[in-house]
Amino acid sequence: MAQAMVSALIDSFRQGDRLALARLITLVENRASARDEIIDSILPLAGQAYRIGITGPPGSGKSTLLEELLLKYRKDGKSLGVIAVDPSSPFSGGALLGDRLRMRRAGADPGVFIRSLGSRGALGGLSEAADMALDLLDAFGMERVFVETVGVGQSELDVAENAYTTVVVLVPESGDQIQTMKAGLMEIGDVFVVNKTDREGAGRMMEALELSLEESPAREGWKPPVLGTCAKTAEGVLELQAAIESHREHISQYGKLGNLRKEIGLRRIHKAVSSSVTRALWSDPRRAKLLDRGLDQWLSGAVAFGELVESLLPEGLHAKSQGEGDE
Amino acid sequence: MSEIIRVLVAKPGLDGHDRGARVIALALKDAGMEVIYTGLHQTPEMVVEAALQEDVDVVALSSLSGAHMNHFPRVRELLDEAGASRILVVGGGIVPDKDREELSSLGIGRFFGPGTDTRDVIDYIHEEMAARRANEEEA
Repeated sequence: MAQAMVSALIDSFRQGDRLALARLITLVENRASARDEIIDSILPLAGQAYRIGITGPPGSGKSTLLEELLLKYRKDGKSLGVIAVDPSSPFSGGALLGDRLRMRRAGADPGVFIRSLGSRGALGGLSEAADMALDLLDAFGMERVFVETVGVGQSELDVAENAYTTVVVLVPESGDQIQTMKAGLMEIGDVFVVNKTDREGAGRMMEALELSLEESPAREGWKPPVLGTCAKTAEGVLELQAAIESHREHISQYGKLGNLRKEIGLRRIHKAVSSSVTRALWSDPRRAKLLDRGLDQWLSGAVAFGELVESLLPEGLHAKSQGEGDE
Repeated sequence: MSEIIRVLVAKPGLDGHDRGARVIALALKDAGMEVIYTGLHQTPEMVVEAALQEDVDVVALSSLSGAHMNHFPRVRELLDEAGASRILVVGGGIVPDKDREELSSLGIGRFFGPGTDTRDVIDYIHEEMAARRANEEEA
């Protein structure tokens, strides 16, 4: 796409054109080449919105709960943005993006902007695309921006990690899942929700969660609360909003929010540099040849693994040469 | 360029039959498209607002209640007013032949009635998108 067109879109975006916002989200999602220019020109406008991640296993009622939350925030007059991520099919690359279906009342509100994204596989850089989409909503002037992802898989967890407050939504039947999720979801949650409290076992599930959280160390003076909600009847939604806002106040104190933005920015830079280096590394035909030969040698026992790896490292990164440099 | 085609599948109006819309949504997904389904009872305004926010390439409308002459042209009109003339509007469901001609003259793309092979819909969307992208690149 012509450079002039991107600039024109950015101009319209600055004037509050929602169509330009939508088109720019598509561009950062589709074209890595357009990302830098877009993000660099809108980033000075960003940093005002508060970012909230909603994650949890499939079917835990995240979208329905998020809609209730959106309606509550709208009552307070807040402008809202939502990025809803659904998994893409690894076979066809297509996706059924169904979150919007569950947010129809909020979707009809002119103060809410909802955008659905397909996860497009890890290679598409989901967390970068979602993060930049959040930047765009933020720079557009939304006061609260939400990102909803299914809490399975590393890229989805990365997305949740890029929010200032992460809400983990579980259901009474998630008991066994907690065990398997301990290493993932339990660490990233700032607020835990057991949704569908009208079902049996909600109380037990909440107790189990609280117990499990007590075992993990408190994070910078914040103890993640465990709340019960029933999205169907909007029960507990006000308490959820209060918990999110109280976490926001908690991290806004002592400049923690600034640190968090830095951390998120740092992760983004790390990722961008790493993926550039990786791409350059493996697209080098000499290295491909070395690897080809080295693989056979290693498998036949002719060369040691460490030696092989060493031989494939780029200039200046060899452990030996670094060691020598240090001396 | 292999950009993923995004489609909004919508049911405008009061008709409560969405089996067809769901079948189409799944078929398009399996054909590699990203499909956003809005659900039942959408006003043309809601459909258009969703299409704009989602920045779709295609809006696929389904109607089985006979209200297509009210809703379909209205969706086209609102999209054009919003500066989204590039979005292709296609229809499905039950529409008499004479209405199809009129809808076509009002800027609605092809109409797919009962018994349609989903492959025809997919091929049509692919052809239209390829033509549009070729045009955009020339422009």
